[in-house]
Amino acid sequence: MNDTNWNYSDKVKEHFFNPKNVLKISEEKYKADGVGENGSPVCGDMMKIYIKVKDNRIYDLKWKTFGCASAIGSTSMLSEMVTANDGMELEEAMKIKPDDIIKELGGLPPNKIHCSVLGDKALRAAIKDYYRNSGQADKINTDKESRVVCHCLNVTEDEIKMEVLEGVKDFDTLQKRTKVSTACGKCEPEVRELVDKYVKKFYEKDIYSGE
Amino acid sequence: MIYLDNNATTPLHPKVKEKIIDFLDDYGNPSSQHEFGRKVRQMVEDARKNIADFLNCDPDEIIFTAGGSEANNTVIKGAVSCCAFCNVSNTHIITSAIEHPSVMNTLKCLEQQNVEVTYLPVDEYGLVNPKDVQNAIKKETALITIMYANNEIGTIQPMEEITKIANENNIPIHTDAVQAIGKIPVDLKKMSVDYLSLSGHKIYGPKGIGVLFRRKGTKSLCPLISGGHQENSMRAGTENTIGIIAMGEAIKQLNLEMNSDVKKIKYLRDKLESGLKKNISNISVNGHSEKRLPNVTNISFNDIEGEAILLRLDMHGVAISTGSACSSGSLDPSHVIIALNVSAEQAHSSIRFSLGRENTEEDIDKTIIAVTETVDFLRKISAI
Ligand SMILES: Cc1ncc(COP(=O)(O)O)c(C=O)c1O
Ligand code: FES
Repeated sequence: MNDTNWNYSDKVKEHFFNPKNVLKISEEKYKADGVGENGSPVCGDMMKIYIKVKDNRIYDLKWKTFGCASAIGSTSMLSEMVTANDGMELEEAMKIKPDDIIKELGGLPPNKIHCSVLGDKALRAAIKDYYRNSGQADKINTDKESRVVCHCLNVTEDEIKMEVLEGVKDFDTLQKRTKVSTACGKCEPEVRELVDKYVKKFYEKDIYSGE
Repeated sequence: MIYLDNNATTPLHPKVKEKIIDFLDDYGNPSSQHEFGRKVRQMVEDARKNIADFLNCDPDEIIFTAGGSEANNTVIKGAVSCCAFCNVSNTHIITSAIEHPSVMNTLKCLEQQNVEVTYLPVDEYGLVNPKDVQNAIKKETALITIMYANNEIGTIQPMEEITKIANENNIPIHTDAVQAIGKIPVDLKKMSVDYLSLSGHKIYGPKGIGVLFRRKGTKSLCPLISGGHQENSMRAGTENTIGIIAMGEAIKQLNLEMNSDVKKIKYLRDKLESGLKKNISNISVNGHSEKRLPNVTNISFNDIEGEAILLRLDMHGVAISTGSACSSGSLDPSHVIIALNVSAEQAHSSIRFSLGRENTEEDIDKTIIAVTETVDFLRKISAI
C-alpha cells in the first residue's frame, strides 16, 4: 500500500468540493433538537452534528467539520443518507456504522478511514442529546450490545474494531488507548487475534469498500 | 497551473533539458579506455569540476550518488557500522530533531543496532543551539550530522559555528545541504564540514542523482554499494552518466543565475507572505523570519486542516504541500512543526509554499486570491 494515496472516489470528491447540509447560520438561530460532537482538533479531525426531529424522524441535519477531505466528504455524505426520504427513523440512524458511510462513498483509501469514522459517532451523540432533551433518556441504552472480549476492563469487540478503523495497527497501541488486557491478561491472545483480523481486513488492499 | 512546491522537487532548467537531450546518444561507459568511454569520462569529469567550482572544493572530493538520501545514508551508516574489518569503536551520533527522513529514519534504524543517537531539540524557530552540540559530545561520538536548511520551514542552522565546535573536538561533521544549495551561498573553504550532501532534483536537475562531498583527509567510509572502483571506490556501479552530466549543467546554471534568481524569488515570497497576512486573519508563520531560505514560507491557517487546503488549492490550480497528518499517511503531523513546540492543531493546519525560478508575479497574485477563498470556505464549515 502506498502511504499517500490520493485515490478518492468521485463521490468523496463531489462531497468534498460541494459539501451538502453545512450549518450556515448560527447555532442559536438553527435551534437544533440535538447536538453531538466528536473528535478533537489535536487529532486533526473534529465534527459537530445538529439534528431536528419530528415524529421520531430526523427531518433535518446540519454539520460542521474540521478535517481533511475524507472527513468533510463523509460528514456531507452522512447528512444526505440521514435526511433522504423525509428523514431516517431515530432507531435506524442510531445503527449507522462507518462501513455504511464508506460504502455510500464508494470506498476510501485505508489510511483515510480513521478520518471518517467520527461522523456516525457524532450522529449518535446528537441523537442521545435529543433523547435527553426530550425526556426519553431511557431509550439511550438501546445500542446493540457487542460481545465483551476483555471482561476486566469491559472492552467489546466493536470497540476494538473501531480503534483499528481509527488507525490503531498493533496490540500495544490498542492497549495504550483502551487499557485492554491490563488486568488479569487472560483475554490477550484473543485481543491480539482480533487486532490482526481487523488490520488485515481494513488495510490489506488499496481501497477499503466496506463489509 | 501554479507550482509552489519547489522544495519537493523542481522542473528541469531548460539548459539542463537541452544538455540531456544532446547527450542521449553518448552511451559509452566512462570506465572504458576506448574513444566511446573516454568521451563520456571527460564529460563526467567536467560535471564534477562544475560542482567543485561552485562549492569551492577539489573535484576529487565529489562523489556522485543516486540522490540526497543515498549521500546521507553513506555518511551516517559509514560512520558507525560497516564490515568486520573496519572495527568501528565509536558509536554515538549527534543530530537534530528536525532532520529529513533520510537522516532520521536511518538513525532510527541504527539505534536498533546499538548505536546511540542524541536528537538535539530546536527552539520555536527551528534553530539548533550550538551550545547543545558542544554539550552532547562524548568520547564515543562518531559523527555530528545537522541539516544546513530545513525542507519544511526553511530554517538555516548556524552551520559555521557548529562546524567549528566539531572541528575543535576532532569529530567528523556532516551536513545535509540538499535544500540549502542554490538558495544560499555555500563555500566549503569557509565552512570546513567533512561531509555534505546534495541532490539534483532540488536544483532544476533530474531525480535520482546526488552528490556526496567528502573532504580530503577525513576518515574513509565503507561504501554503501560495494563493487567496482567507480567514484574512488566510494560508490560502485556504472555511473548514472545522464544524471551526472545533467547535474553538472544544473550547477553551472546556478553559478550563472543564482544571485538574480534568488533576489526575485525572495521578493515574490515576501509578497506572498504579506499578501496572505493582510487578507487572512488568525494565521502564523512557522520558522525563523530571517534565518530562513528565501524561497519558502510555512504558514498555519488555524482552525482548518492542511490536506483539505491542499486539495482545494489543487482544484484552483495551485500546488503546495502540507505537514498535516492526513497527508502523511500516519496519525501524527509533521515532526518538524511539532518540534517547534507549536500545538498539534497548528501542525495539522500548516501549509508549505516553496517558490522557484519559474514563478512570476502573476502566480503570486493568483495564489493570494485562491488561498484567501479556500481558507474562507473551509473556515465557514469548520467545527472549531
Ligand atoms: C533536506 C533533504 N534531504 C534529503 C532529501 C532527499 O533527497 P533525494 O530525493 O535526492 O533522495 C531531501 C528531498 O527529498 C531533502 O529535502
Ligand atoms: S479479561 Fe482482559 S485483562 Fe482480564
